[in-house]
Amino acid sequence: MQGSMVFALCGAVLVGIGAYGFVTRLRPLHRIVAFNVVGGGLFLYFGALTRTSAGVDPVAQALVITGIVVALSLTALAVALVLRLADEGEEDKSGAERPGTGTGGGRDGLDDDDGRDGGTDACAADGTRRR
Amino acid sequence: MSAAILDLILCTMLIGTAWLAVTGRALFAAIAFFVTYGVLVAIAWVRLGAVDVALAEIAIGTGLTGVLLIGAWSALRRRGAIDTAPATRRLPRLAAAGTASALTVLLGAAAWSLDGEERAGLGDAVEQAGAEAGTSQPVTAVLLNLRAYDTLMESAVLLLALIAVWVLVPRAAWGDVPGLRQHARSDGVMATLGRLLPPVGLVVAIYTVWVGSYRPGGAFQGGTILAAVGLLVVLAGLRQAPRTTARGTRVALVAGPGIFLAVGALGMATTGHLMGLPSASASMLIVAIEFALALSIAVALGLLVAGNPRGQGGS
Repeated sequence: MQGSMVFALCGAVLVGIGAYGFVTRLRPLHRIVAFNVVGGGLFLYFGALTRTSAGVDPVAQALVITGIVVALSLTALAVALVLRLADEGEEDKSGAERPGTGTGGGRDGLDDDDGRDGGTDACAADGTRRR
Repeated sequence: MSAAILDLILCTMLIGTAWLAVTGRALFAAIAFFVTYGVLVAIAWVRLGAVDVALAEIAIGTGLTGVLLIGAWSALRRRGAIDTAPATRRLPRLAAAGTASALTVLLGAAAWSLDGEERAGLGDAVEQAGAEAGTSQPVTAVLLNLRAYDTLMESAVLLLALIAVWVLVPRAAWGDVPGLRQHARSDGVMATLGRLLPPVGLVVAIYTVWVGSYRPGGAFQGGTILAAVGLLVVLAGLRQAPRTTARGTRVALVAGPGIFLAVGALGMATTGHLMGLPSASASMLIVAIEFALALSIAVALGLLVAGNPRGQGGS
């Protein structure tokens, strides 16, 4: 077994853990964490597999660096969406649910006093949008 | 042998921290474990011999992402929007566990089937092109010359992400200072660090960009350090982040991709294809592009992490 294989297998496990968390965690911020766990694992998997006796393939390294930057961009966008959702919830906490906008479910999900089902719906909608 | 044991310990810790980051009940603890996980991923990259990636992972994937997540956590808590974790029902959880395990097994089996196979890779091709590419550092050669398209698109993605985040700014807050107003005690640790570290950080950032042409480093790593210096000054309350409407901010944001594209367009005249660098002046052009890109990356990353202007009602 090559030395880098252990990191490839480890990366595969990390992708699995992250994917499990991405599906089962219901708070949007926690899903963002899980998404980044998947990213780290997948990059490691990819890098370890391209390693030869001369080191990790430079093209793969460049791709992973690009991927890390894109992952941060996506994380920042997702965080901004989560915060905006929370803001909307604050603004019209007492108001009626606005029809026809996707924020209705998200508002319920981020409020403390709402039921469990509201949270599930909100996060499902959030996850779909991000993918 | 001892190296193999070290790798195994590292992998065990990676899996452990990833599990705690994903399954932790308390969101803040989950984020803390995620940052630990990121540091371990960076160490794994060092073990693989990919120092460029390790630098990017620890600076961008761990440092900036960590700041971003903790900032979001505290903003949500201030709104009272950090709820207790609702539990997933058992059946979906089992289904997710099954699917995720299948994914892991699939990926693992695919990796295993490649074990022992002699792979040529693209390392030799990059090395051969290295003399023409204007840099002895293969990763920089790939990023800024051989696959310059990717890097151009990457800087465009960063810019687009910032625009997309700005779209979410409420109308009333537009043009305000990004993020929250920071208040730090003027004799506190934060303010002291905010005065002490920026000069050092600036030198390290410029060195990291410069050294990228022949050793691990480069525009992305250096730009991130520059962004971190800016964030530190803002967090220490010494200066406010630049307004989203400031002309200087926008020029700095566009400078990197703009100069990169301009040099690439000139390459059309000299080498006959877009994004091509003439080998005679390639090394000089690469350094110029790297510094311009580093500036734009620093501003874009800093603004992404600082967050949107929240208006006066935010605090």
